[in-house]
Order: sequence, then C-alpha cells, then structure tokens
Amino acid sequence: MKYIEEFRDPKAARGVIDAIAHAADEIGATRDAPVRIMEICGGHTHAIFRYGLDKLVHEGIEFIHGPGCPVCVLPMSRVDECIEIAERPEVIFTTFGDAMRVPGTGKSLLQAKAAGADVRMVYSPLDALELARRNPTRQVVFFGLGFETTTPSTALSIQQADREGLRNFTVFCNHITVPPPIKALLDDPNMVLDGFVGPGHVSMVIGTRPYDFIPQDYGKPIVVAGFEPLDLLQSVLMVLRQIAEGRAEVENQYARVVRKEGNAASLAAVHAVYEPRPSFEWRGLGEIDKSGLRIRDRYAAFDAEVRFGVGYGAGPRKIAEPEGCSCGFVMTGRMKPTGCSMFGSECTPETPLGALMVSSEGACAAYWQYGGRRQAAETELADPR
Amino acid sequence: MCLGIPGQIVEIADAATNIAVADVSGVRRKVNVTCVAGDDVNDLVGCWVLIHVGFAMALIDEDEARKTMETLVSLGEAQEEFDAMLAGDRAVAGIP
Repeated sequence: MKYIEEFRDPKAARGVIDAIAHAADEIGATRDAPVRIMEICGGHTHAIFRYGLDKLVHEGIEFIHGPGCPVCVLPMSRVDECIEIAERPEVIFTTFGDAMRVPGTGKSLLQAKAAGADVRMVYSPLDALELARRNPTRQVVFFGLGFETTTPSTALSIQQADREGLRNFTVFCNHITVPPPIKALLDDPNMVLDGFVGPGHVSMVIGTRPYDFIPQDYGKPIVVAGFEPLDLLQSVLMVLRQIAEGRAEVENQYARVVRKEGNAASLAAVHAVYEPRPSFEWRGLGEIDKSGLRIRDRYAAFDAEVRFGVGYGAGPRKIAEPEGCSCGFVMTGRMKPTGCSMFGSECTPETPLGALMVSSEGACAAYWQYGGRRQAAETELADPR
Repeated sequence: MCLGIPGQIVEIADAATNIAVADVSGVRRKVNVTCVAGDDVNDLVGCWVLIHVGFAMALIDEDEARKTMETLVSLGEAQEEFDAMLAGDRAVAGIP
C-alpha cells in the first residue's frame, strides 16, 4: 500500500484502515455514492495529501477540503488594504510569511516590498512588538491573520503594548472564527457533507462545546482530530461509526491536547480585546455573519483600522476573484482543484492566481505538491493545445 | 501556522510579562507562556509545550512532543517554522 510504510506504526494504521473499510461497507458507501467527510483545518488537508490518506482508505470515503486555511480565505480586498497601509512612509508592516505572496488586485505584499514598501516577514507578533520598541519614530503594524489558534497571540500582544504604553504598535485585525463558516456550509442547500473532522489546535483554544450545534441542529457528526496520520484515520473511523450507529455527536480524538472547555487564559484575552463583527467576507464563501473579529473600543489605540482609516467597513470594497478562478467552488467542495482550467497552467505555487495555490495548507497547493503535478502533466500530454 | 512546534521550557526570562525561554530542537527561543502558566510561572521550567507563533498554547508530555516533531519534520513544517523564526530575527534586527 502506498505510503503506509512511512507511518510510525504501520500495523496499527492497517488495522484502522481495515476497520474504516468495514464501517464504510456497513453504511453502504461506494465510489459512486460516497460518504463525504470535510476536514476543516488546512493542516489536516496538508497531512491527508502528504500521507496519501485519501488513497489509502476505502473508495467510498471522499474527503472534502474545507475553508480552514486562513490565507486561502483572505479576500483580495484585504490584501489591497494591507498594501495601502504598508506603502505609507512611516509604516513598518509586519506579517506571517504565508501572506506575502497572496495576490491582491494590483500586487502582493511581496511585490509591494520589492517596490520599496517596508514589509517584513516575522514569526510572531512578539517580533512586531520588539520592532515597535526599537523604532519609536515608525508605526509598526502587525497583520493579525488566522483562526482561533493565533488570535490569542495578537490579543496578548495588544495587552502587552497597552501595559508598556507603546503608541506606535497597531494590529490590522483580520482574525476569523471556525464555527460560523461551518454553519454557513450546513445551511447551503447544495450541501453534501455527511460529517466533519474538526480542527485540533483551534479546538485546543475554544474547546469542543462551540461545535455542539453541528449534531444538535444539523444531525451531523464531528470528531476533533490530531495531526498525525493515525489520528486522522482514527477520526475518520469515529465519524463512520457514528453514521453507522445512527449517532451524531461531538467526539474528541485529540484529548491529549484538547479539553472540552478549551484554554481559559487564551479565551479571556481574546474576549477582552476582540468582539465579533456583524459579518465578514470570506473568499469563495461571501459574507458570513459574526465570522470575523474586530478590536474593541477599549483598545482602539492599537487598531490599525482606526489609526489609518483603512479596512473592513471603511468603504465598499467587494472585488471579484481573478477571471476564471474557481477557488470558491473548490472551497465549498463543489469542484476538485484539478477541475479548474487554471490549475497547473496559469496558476502554480510559483505564480499563484488563486489563494488556494498560495499556502501549503491550501487544497490546490497540496494537490500540486502531492500528485496533481503529475496529473496536470498527463492532461497536458493528452491534450496538447 | 496552525501546527505549531513543540519545545521544552528551560528558564523563565521575565516572570512579570510571562516570557520564558524554550528549547526548540536545540534552538533557544523566547516564548510567551501566559496561556499555560498556573499559579507560579516558575513551575513551568522543564515542561514541554506546544508553541504557536511564539506563544506556548498547551502543555504536552515528552512523548507527544517527540511524535509531534516527527510529524512536523515529515510534513516539511518543522523547517518552515525554523525559517520563519530566522526571518523574524532578521526583521527585528533590520537585516533586509
């Protein structure tokens, strides 16, 4: 079996794969009528491709790759706003490296940097705080990007800046939250999902209770999973067993890290600093109610939107995707990356057009890195236009 | 970004601001430990933690740390984390 010898415990993996096949047969899942399981987290998407899990499991299991890569769901207008801030002469604009190559309507942050803007890749908002301390005459802006896993880091950094009285540090907050887009997907009349593999590290922060609505209101199972390949296989099996037994519950496969109540210190900091926006735009999914966070008035001095008059709600900024880009269809499970006419031709990791090709957690980049490249080459050979 | 990296807390650098030093695969990094600190932050010395963008977000055991690091290496994410840390150091130092 492809890849399986790379597992730490191939024997255990084989056992779970056999049990998955048994459960899939019991449900009656087939290639033509598969059980569709969405992994929400981009890290899980990456792991599924890296270990070829989609090829290892019963053919009646179909993985749908969810909207859990924060870089991939970032609308182009947000990138444009980053650049608008970054091009101000007094600004040092700091960001995680993942966001550097995301295309805006005109350029990416990397291109803005090449054109002279002071854009710096950092590892942590702590780096941005240190830059603010060392550069008191400059305005240091941190691009606050990511789901609940990274939100505590910017909340705690804002609180630290407040304690120090650092008046040249702001956060451009584009943090988003996981449960609202799941609800939006479940409300979609075209929704075809049978269950979810829930995010591990988001749940480490928020706990498992925020997912209760998934079984209670929609009758779908969700299993919070770790990142090892065996974790993912066991979680798929747990989803299948729930379906086979007619159950729909929130289960926690990653109990060695995730607690039901989450991390109290993280949640307290996030609640103190942030509040939900009425709605927020997601690339490919559109506006979703209460899915993004803004900085509370108490911490307005550290809000880049307030300081620079740029950002969400400052004006009508809805901008279409690049022509021909199908990221939205891929993100909602309605198209495979290889179904997009730009995949592997105009759109590659070196020259990404759509956001899903930018990050290693994006479905298109994962397809390209772990197999799509070969498939694209084969298609080209068969159709040498 | 979402996978983080395991490290072991080796000393407390500044208890007032919850800044500790973690050993991450032999490299010493300052990390914020607010989210894992109990009553006395000094109790964290020797503990293994999962670090996300410079913040310790969960206490883990040594076996979990080892397994997580193996998975990260296999996914190519460990190198990405180290590269990002170096990029951050350069950014702070003003090295282009």
